[in-house]
Amino acid sequence: MTIRGAALIAGAFEHPLRKIPDKSVAQVHAEVAVGALADAGLTLSDVDGYFCAGDAPGFGALSMADYMGLHVSYLDSTETGGSSYLAHVGHAAAAIAAGKCEVALVTMAGLPVSAPGPGAVTPSAPEFAFENVFGTTTPSMYALAARRHMHEFGTTSEQLAEVKVAASLHAQHNQNALLQKVVTVEDVINSPLIADPLHRLDCCVVTDGGGAVVVVSPAVAKRLDRHAVAVLGHGEAPKTANRGRIDLTHTGAVWSGPLAFAEAGVTHADIDYASIYDSFTITVVETIEDLGFCPKGQGGAFVASGALRAPDGGLPFNTDGGGLCNNHPANRGGMTKILEAVRQLRGEAHPAVQVPDCEIALAHGTGGSLGTRMGSATLILGRET
Amino acid sequence: MSETVDTHGAEAHIGSDLLAPTPPISAETRAFWEATTRGELQVTRCRTCEEYTWYPRGFCPHCGGLEVEWVRVSGKGEVYSWSVVRRGGLGDYRGAEPYVLAYVELAESVRMMTNIVDVDESALAIGLPVEVVFHSTEGEAALPRFAPVQG
Ligand SMILES: [Zn+2]
Repeated sequence: MTIRGAALIAGAFEHPLRKIPDKSVAQVHAEVAVGALADAGLTLSDVDGYFCAGDAPGFGALSMADYMGLHVSYLDSTETGGSSYLAHVGHAAAAIAAGKCEVALVTMAGLPVSAPGPGAVTPSAPEFAFENVFGTTTPSMYALAARRHMHEFGTTSEQLAEVKVAASLHAQHNQNALLQKVVTVEDVINSPLIADPLHRLDCCVVTDGGGAVVVVSPAVAKRLDRHAVAVLGHGEAPKTANRGRIDLTHTGAVWSGPLAFAEAGVTHADIDYASIYDSFTITVVETIEDLGFCPKGQGGAFVASGALRAPDGGLPFNTDGGGLCNNHPANRGGMTKILEAVRQLRGEAHPAVQVPDCEIALAHGTGGSLGTRMGSATLILGRET
Repeated sequence: MSETVDTHGAEAHIGSDLLAPTPPISAETRAFWEATTRGELQVTRCRTCEEYTWYPRGFCPHCGGLEVEWVRVSGKGEVYSWSVVRRGGLGDYRGAEPYVLAYVELAESVRMMTNIVDVDESALAIGLPVEVVFHSTEGEAALPRFAPVQG
């Protein structure tokens, strides 16, 4: 069985704010749920499948189903950090294909600015005593990957900086983006070092916010007026620390990417637009190599060529400004990757960055850390007319 | 994050007085931490397939074996990757910047997260030969960190 043709994304919604001081996490989940359902022309009573990850408060899917008054026949609370939501769309498509549900709601939300909570890793995690006790931080673990990538392949800070430059060129057109100012390579490498070799501008933003999508069966999509985009392929794979032999130069995209391409039946040349998880600039460089858009080790030169810049680059990416400039709600950038891919396929991205005749888009999510263990999930979506 | 004075430059010497927080100790890992208080670095090795595992655990992720043993290793290795954490230290490490987070590849080929201490910043490099040092904590454990091999 394949999910190709089995499901479509009919509704999508992104919370417009980057700081939400007066609301609860549950409330923002519910707001983006209603927003995505309204976008599709549906209501909460139409939902029969619900998906959320570790950012959902309390008992997770159960608490949120209760909060929103859902009556569903299918629940999935797969938690792989920022990659969760791309996995959810794949799982929703599979559930729809199996007849388990036909209107699947996926929500995410978080308030790390207004109401910061504890980190995901607690002392009960088996790795905690052997990692966190040495003062790990999110940027420094990605920095370990960046350093090793530089060592093995000659990647430079200037090449990494171009990822941020391209994101900022896109973000200047997004009135909701946290950072709308265009930056240069010099701005990035002259920004303070957070954890060598990563500078402040190599790091994504921290924002409140959230988003949701509605995945439906073809029969439901046919009844709706809204432009729905097809779920063509999905792949997911965790990358572990490999029993103590971690390789910091690649991500789980080496496995999730080929699965998604095979299921979708498309090739790299078919991809018109890509949402690439951008927690840090190095995340993008390793991921595009692992997805096969350039040979391993040549990601630095690839991005430095301007390939990521929309609309004319070879691989226009993150046209909303991405996590580097737009938003990174709940410290999880996966949902927003799906949302901008849907906008591109609907022709609803900002005109300055809309890829002409965008037919096939890829969205990729990363969770956890490039420096230790991570989730990877890849979606390939198609314009359905 | 606050703007602090960068400790750039070849003169910087890092980590000679880095604090040593007490790790959480469980029944599964008590033997490891007890060994650190005697100045010994141990890893788990499977009695069935004889593979080493890091981080240490009472299970073999190579073959699924349930019988593992603690074996002392030399504590010599080389830097696999490193970063100077300059801002954003968390918990006990708030304000401890700059300090060096690193992976060290032991002679037994496992790569372990650790700190490089007592090191000139200009000496930091992938491949730098290092050996284990133990920093006492307030608990029944010492932290295995690494310093450049002398001489
Ligand atoms: Zn074994």
